[in-house]
Amino acid sequence: MPDLALEDVKVLDLTQHIAGPYCTKLLADYGADVIKVERPGVGDSTRGMGPFPGDVPHLERSGIFLHLNTNKRGITLDLKTQAAANVIKELAAGVDILVENFRPGTMERFGLGYDDLHEVNPSLVMTSISNFGQTGPYRDFRSAEIMVYGMGGEMYSTGLDEREPLKLGVNVHLYQGGGVAAVATMGALFASRLQGVGQHVDVSLMETQIGSIDRRMSMLLTYQYTGDVLGRSPLGTSGYPNGVYPCADGYFQITGSRNYFPRAVRMMGSPEFLEDPKWHEPEAQSDPELQEEFEPMFLMWTLEQSKYEAWHTAQESRVLSAPLNTMEDLAHDPEFLRRGAFTRINHPEAGPLDYPGRPFIMSESPWSIRRPAPLLGQHNGEVFSGLGYCTDDLARLRALGTI
Amino acid sequence: MAELPLTGVRVLDITVVWAGPYCTSFLADLGAEVIRVETINTFVPLGRGSMAHPTEAMLKSLGSFAGGTPNRQPGKRPWNRFPLFNAHARNKRSVTLDLLRPGGMEIFKRLVRISDVFVENNPTETMEKLGISYQLLKEENPEIIMVRMPAYSNDGQYQNYRAFGLHIEGVVGHTLLRGYEDMDPTANSSVLMSDATAGTQGAFAVMAALHYRNRTGKGQLIELSQAENVLPFMGQPFLDYSMNGRSASTIGNRHPSAIQGCYPCRGEDRWVTITIFGDGDWDALMEVMGNPEWASDARFQDAMGRYHHQAEIDRHIAEWTSVRDNYEVMHLLQGLGIAAGPVLDQRDAYQDPHLEERGIFEEVTQEDAGTHRYPTTPYRLSEIPMPVRRGPVRLGEDNEYVYKTLLNYSDQEYAEFERQGHIGMDYADEVP
Repeated sequence: MPDLALEDVKVLDLTQHIAGPYCTKLLADYGADVIKVERPGVGDSTRGMGPFPGDVPHLERSGIFLHLNTNKRGITLDLKTQAAANVIKELAAGVDILVENFRPGTMERFGLGYDDLHEVNPSLVMTSISNFGQTGPYRDFRSAEIMVYGMGGEMYSTGLDEREPLKLGVNVHLYQGGGVAAVATMGALFASRLQGVGQHVDVSLMETQIGSIDRRMSMLLTYQYTGDVLGRSPLGTSGYPNGVYPCADGYFQITGSRNYFPRAVRMMGSPEFLEDPKWHEPEAQSDPELQEEFEPMFLMWTLEQSKYEAWHTAQESRVLSAPLNTMEDLAHDPEFLRRGAFTRINHPEAGPLDYPGRPFIMSESPWSIRRPAPLLGQHNGEVFSGLGYCTDDLARLRALGTI
Repeated sequence: MAELPLTGVRVLDITVVWAGPYCTSFLADLGAEVIRVETINTFVPLGRGSMAHPTEAMLKSLGSFAGGTPNRQPGKRPWNRFPLFNAHARNKRSVTLDLLRPGGMEIFKRLVRISDVFVENNPTETMEKLGISYQLLKEENPEIIMVRMPAYSNDGQYQNYRAFGLHIEGVVGHTLLRGYEDMDPTANSSVLMSDATAGTQGAFAVMAALHYRNRTGKGQLIELSQAENVLPFMGQPFLDYSMNGRSASTIGNRHPSAIQGCYPCRGEDRWVTITIFGDGDWDALMEVMGNPEWASDARFQDAMGRYHHQAEIDRHIAEWTSVRDNYEVMHLLQGLGIAAGPVLDQRDAYQDPHLEERGIFEEVTQEDAGTHRYPTTPYRLSEIPMPVRRGPVRLGEDNEYVYKTLLNYSDQEYAEFERQGHIGMDYADEVP
């Protein structure tokens, strides 16, 4: 067993859905011991989300749950009970980090607010992830995926100027928020380990979008510098060839305009029609008539090739480009397969399946899958006995519906 | 008062464009001493601008995104005024040295010896040309943590493949998962989510490695493929393929089970998003809309029926929203417990009362760019305030500190390096 980067880190995980579990998955997959707490009977909401094999819903076979909860041990607790709050405090006393993503105020109602937990563990890092943060006028607002894209501003810049703004692909901003929460949590862990300082980390998903490098920060600053409110025009990468084009078996994306145009000409095999000096005048890339003449010729080039052929040919001339892959294409990409970018995990209920693999490779303390996502309440026995509860105690808690 | 968590950690930064610089901005916010290693003899496009010496006319022709310097003026040093750079450059330092000139590599090696972390995000061959490898860094400093962030990999067929975030998203399948549901992918606009992803998880990687080194004394090499890095975000559709052999496509602004859309509001290019999760939400919405006649249609009486006739419902909702202000719709519907919020443009964000109260923007002064309000760290620590300690770093701003204080070069040696073209705060005149 190789050394793991975070193998000495203990985490109590009260999160559900996506952002919180992704944060604790990052910690768990690089070695942390994560105990995940779920509601008795139903568990994490993602257990009901799917995808499911054959589209048959099953608490133990939800793809999104299985993906987000690798390497975690799972227990069940009804946090609305005093007995559960006591268990959480006992567990919190022995961990470095507690992560939760309930609606703000919920932990306090459970008797598990930061002050309560700080009392049992002064160096505890408590990370709270929420839609709008733990303070401010929108704190208690109801939210939805699309709303975070909208209020985070990212959405205003996505889509076409003449149409409504568009959200990004399903839930990617929740993963991004989970990633930011992991960064903030690690920062707080350093303060805890090196200075003995515990603290409450407040992560707002709206702010992780406002502070995102994906156009947001720079567009906000551009507004400060110039007063310009930029709409949904595609990043000023005008000219040609530029954008998404159909090809023989799908779609291909290219950024071959302006400075890159000479490379695009080389990529196309320097055809005769592009020898005309008019294409190489400084104004050529801004000339709509020339673009109109160019586009059909370029389409003939793309339509003759598969998206991978076009990609490889373009890259030989160092042209920024990509195939637009489906999940099927991605799962069969020879380089991703050769590098082991996916990982096969065998789960007792869902069976062996391919999952997305490591987000980065550490040479000395590698990412690893040590166990699949837990069955609901799978580790009740070992975790509770670790706290000194006997079999009778467990039976009593179970009878009360606490676990 | 507690110190910033990464106080005492020194990071060498040879990153370009967005993914790498975003990674080091997290580290700098947390207190690491991030030193950008730059050169005055070549210019990286989309680094500190589109070109080193743009004229006012050029900046205007580039449009506001690539040319948006303060008041659209180049100023004395346009490279210190570029919003795409300055957005991530707070709290960092900058030293200039030229690895390709005599003496450059020796200065660099000295820097490596006194650093903890080295971060770069270039094509593999670029680092090879500069002669920088993990082997080299390790010889100078066995405990160094090196982070490489290529677009795809440092080995194999794609190692030198050129990509921005938008291309990486095509390869990993995100591009086909977004876009208008009634248009084909040629209408897809560019998003750069994978830059944010790689930067964020790169910062996590650095801290995981530092934590490991604190325990074991061992440094290491981290390879963060920007494409592989974003694969976990594709978990749901990827598992759907694994389980069912199905490749998902875009659902536009729809929700898999709720009624959801982005609706026009009063004013120009003003929008609100609304999500109606169940009967309770629906009844509340109909009540606030005055229980209109059309809502009594038999097809709209249950969630399933409404889901299948969303396009028709959308038109009615849009009619209602289009005569209202988007913030007004938010407050009206949130008052009823319905998920609704405006689509914030840049101006809205700076005026939003919630962001104001949360203090997400901070006024920062930088000598060449002036005084402006910047978006800052996207989280809060209760015991350690993280104000901006230094404005967006100017090219070569910390040359004296790095050469003389950190590396103990004499005034004479400093003057010699300056003469050799290593040291300066201006790009050489011949750099385009």
